[in-house]
Amino acid sequence: MADVNRGNRPLSPHLTIYRPQLTSMTSILTRITGNAMLIAALMIVWWFLAAATSEEYFNTANAFVTSWFGDLVMLFSVLGLWYHTLAGIRHLIWDNGIGLDIPTAEKMGWACLGGSVLLTLITVAALA
Amino acid sequence: MAFLTDRKRAMGLGSAKSGTEHFWSMKVSSVALLILMPLFVFTFGAALGGTYEEILAYYSRPTPAIIAALTLAVGFKHFNDGCQTLIEDYVHGTAQKITIILMTCLSYGAAAVGVFAIAKLAL
Repeated sequence: MADVNRGNRPLSPHLTIYRPQLTSMTSILTRITGNAMLIAALMIVWWFLAAATSEEYFNTANAFVTSWFGDLVMLFSVLGLWYHTLAGIRHLIWDNGIGLDIPTAEKMGWACLGGSVLLTLITVAALA
Repeated sequence: MAFLTDRKRAMGLGSAKSGTEHFWSMKVSSVALLILMPLFVFTFGAALGGTYEEILAYYSRPTPAIIAALTLAVGFKHFNDGCQTLIEDYVHGTAQKITIILMTCLSYGAAAVGVFAIAKLAL
């Protein structure tokens, strides 16, 4: 753009003007889950570091990671992980130019949502 | 200079030749994580809740240790790439640069601590 005062010209419509749609909601959820997993990842790194340091340090970190709060973080992170994984597969499919039409994209969106809950239940059942 | 447009300034310089690097990095790490994450969830998940002795014994085995180390290394690289995109969308100017640098340091730092700890447990 030329170096001119761009003024207060109207901008093209942004997020706030659109009705929430399955495609946009599943997209933002991919970003939220991907970034939120940092908390669990740092907890796991801390847990490994503690285990490699000493028994006392391990007991401290392990008590936190396996507390009700730690369990809650891990449960939501597993749900987020499976969602992000399925949504990632959807992106890998989209990268080939397949499934980009709205009906297919919405079907895959429901599959990501439903599939992540199902995979979380399987994970909890398998590890309980 | 004030009369030059951005297009005029950029013309003839060519592309940066690195436009798809970030995309490709995310794509490769995402496929790797597709394999690693289920393995990690079910090995780490099985170990979690064990006593100190049980954890030491479990992570002295090569398979769970290699899975955990690879997952943390690839996972934090993938996180760093994705987090950079998030920052680029919502933070601008100098704050953007500082945030990207800090998140990169955190990602590589956490990966290094994790891999070091697992190596120490395994060996």
